[in-house]
Amino acid sequence: MPDRQETVRLLEPDGTAVPGAELPAPARLLEGYRALVRARRLNEQAGALVRQGRLAVYPSSRGQEACQVAAAMVLSGADWLFPTYRDTAAIVARGVDPVEVLTMLRGDRHCGYDVAAHRVAPQATPLATQLLHAVGVAHAARLKDEPTVVMALCGDGATSEGDFHEALNFAAVFRAPVVFLVQNNKYAISVPLHRQSAAARLADKAVGYGMPGVRVDGNDLAALLSVLDDAVDRAGAGEGPTLVEADTYRMEAHTNADDAGRYRDESEVASWAGRDPLRRVRAWLTGAGHLDAAAEQAVADDAEAMAAALRTGIAAEGPVDPEELFAHVYAHPTPQLREQRDLLRAELEVTP
Amino acid sequence: MSTADPTEPVKLTMARSINTALRDAMTADPTVVVFGEDVGPLGGVFRVTDGLTAQFGDRRCFDTPLAESGIVGTAVGMAMNGLRPVVEMQFDAFAYPAFEQIASHVAKFGNRTSGRMRLPMVIRVPYAGGIGGVEHHCDSSEAYYAHTAGLTVVAPATNADAYGLLRAAIESPDPVVFLEPKKHYFTKEEVNTAVPVPPIGRAVLRRPGADVTLIAYGPTVPVALAAAAEAEGLDVGVVDLRSIVPFDDETVCAQVRRTGRAVVVAEAPGFASVASEIAARVSERCFHHLEAPVRRVTGFDVPYPPPKLEQHHLPGVDRVLDAIDTLGWEDAA
Repeated sequence: MPDRQETVRLLEPDGTAVPGAELPAPARLLEGYRALVRARRLNEQAGALVRQGRLAVYPSSRGQEACQVAAAMVLSGADWLFPTYRDTAAIVARGVDPVEVLTMLRGDRHCGYDVAAHRVAPQATPLATQLLHAVGVAHAARLKDEPTVVMALCGDGATSEGDFHEALNFAAVFRAPVVFLVQNNKYAISVPLHRQSAAARLADKAVGYGMPGVRVDGNDLAALLSVLDDAVDRAGAGEGPTLVEADTYRMEAHTNADDAGRYRDESEVASWAGRDPLRRVRAWLTGAGHLDAAAEQAVADDAEAMAAALRTGIAAEGPVDPEELFAHVYAHPTPQLREQRDLLRAELEVTP
Repeated sequence: MSTADPTEPVKLTMARSINTALRDAMTADPTVVVFGEDVGPLGGVFRVTDGLTAQFGDRRCFDTPLAESGIVGTAVGMAMNGLRPVVEMQFDAFAYPAFEQIASHVAKFGNRTSGRMRLPMVIRVPYAGGIGGVEHHCDSSEAYYAHTAGLTVVAPATNADAYGLLRAAIESPDPVVFLEPKKHYFTKEEVNTAVPVPPIGRAVLRRPGADVTLIAYGPTVPVALAAAAEAEGLDVGVVDLRSIVPFDDETVCAQVRRTGRAVVVAEAPGFASVASEIAARVSERCFHHLEAPVRRVTGFDVPYPPPKLEQHHLPGVDRVLDAIDTLGWEDAA
């Protein structure tokens, strides 16, 4: 594990490799770049769908796409991903259809994708609560001797929650195969990091749990892949959990319903624009001869095709069966829910 | 421990009945795991998990760090990944740190996933008072759980039900809050572990009666039975709910219609309580059969009192008999 005091970086913001850096294979970085462009396009398209009234709300991960993509890329099919509401792009990078993910924000149901089939938990809204579920999945895998690693995502605000503490402590005591990736994007809605924690680095919290803590440049895909690969390998080898703090920035407001102008300066946002995660990988790939104009066009076309399919899929809105209200509360509806279902059914027969 | 001849009833304490249910469930199903605070080598502060770690190993029954949200949240993940966790909250009021996990995730997960993934898990809660316990050790917290859609809430009153209903709870595809009346942990009764697992959601008529129906669950069932036995000149029946959610309207209402008079007996404070819900349901459904308003005999609307005052707070036989006396007998034919 790297020295505790440094922030791991392999590519400089201008795309030049840090001297002595061991970069991931070019093909992997190219695959990552393709995913980054898709993630950026997903954020743009989802924002547009909100403005068109197709989605109720969208918490954008623009600026954090490298974290989103790396979190998914380092996992195998047998592994699990535990995302929050801001991690739509990570779920899509894992291979879930963006339409299925966003039906939640269209208002059809609370989770539009098959959790077990994709090994992606429902997007968690109550902060840090999902970290404990991640520990449970990991501990169960360990008890069953299954080679599963769990990637648990949260933000800097979530590190203040009690469940963050309980999850890291349980994981360390159980040596559970979990990687905790904190996307430190500097804001919890409006509250800046210094009002969230007095710790010099969130990664330092790992010391108190007896696990390694690593701080990584969260806008450097190469560094994220390297650090998260190590953490996943460590978990898979039975050596327990790792806390990874990704130093990144939320380029947009909390959601479209938020006004970031009330709590931060544009100059701050502009300074982070200079550390854009896409431009960095693109510059390296182009400079090293791995991304020519034709390949760049193919990447853009792929992202545009995804966006077009998302627009079509979200527009193809079907009615939601009102009896869905009662169908899944219990495996077998209680007599009380059957009565209430019949009441609604009778109401709908009168006024459909 | 499992009995040598399982077809023969044996005398067991409630703690031992629950222990036997855990042991038999763990034997029958290798995915059942038990964990919580002090449940491992110690066997739990009430010895309910006594010997499980020794028999099944510390991968099947183990101690966790001291954090109730962590226990329940971890159980959610383990249920997501194919296990059937049975977790212990050491005391009723110690379960409150886990309430966010219970209300926001345990109760909602099956619904959230449109039924594609359910959480088969049991949260055991030693609950209610009457043990001379200090503060935070005697709460009747059932209303919080019963009000939370998606939870099944079971409250056994007898040792046989403690065994059978826990087996049913562990087999349930949905999460169950299993409320154990800790006052009766060391009461011995006959238990036959060979009888079929009873369905959750069915009340039982513990004592037939033609004049009044007492409706109780958990620790107040023995109180209701004692009151019924002492009621002079009246034929008093007792319904033991066994399960609060789902609620057995059918059994309760059939008995109330038979008697025309009903008293609900529960330890929890009465305001906005399970007892209130029962009184409302019975009034709505049986109104034209009622000879008197449905009465509630409950704990007072106070924080659980210190040991020297709890006998004034808990609904006892005399208070139940007094309530029966108010049911409009002067008009009775």
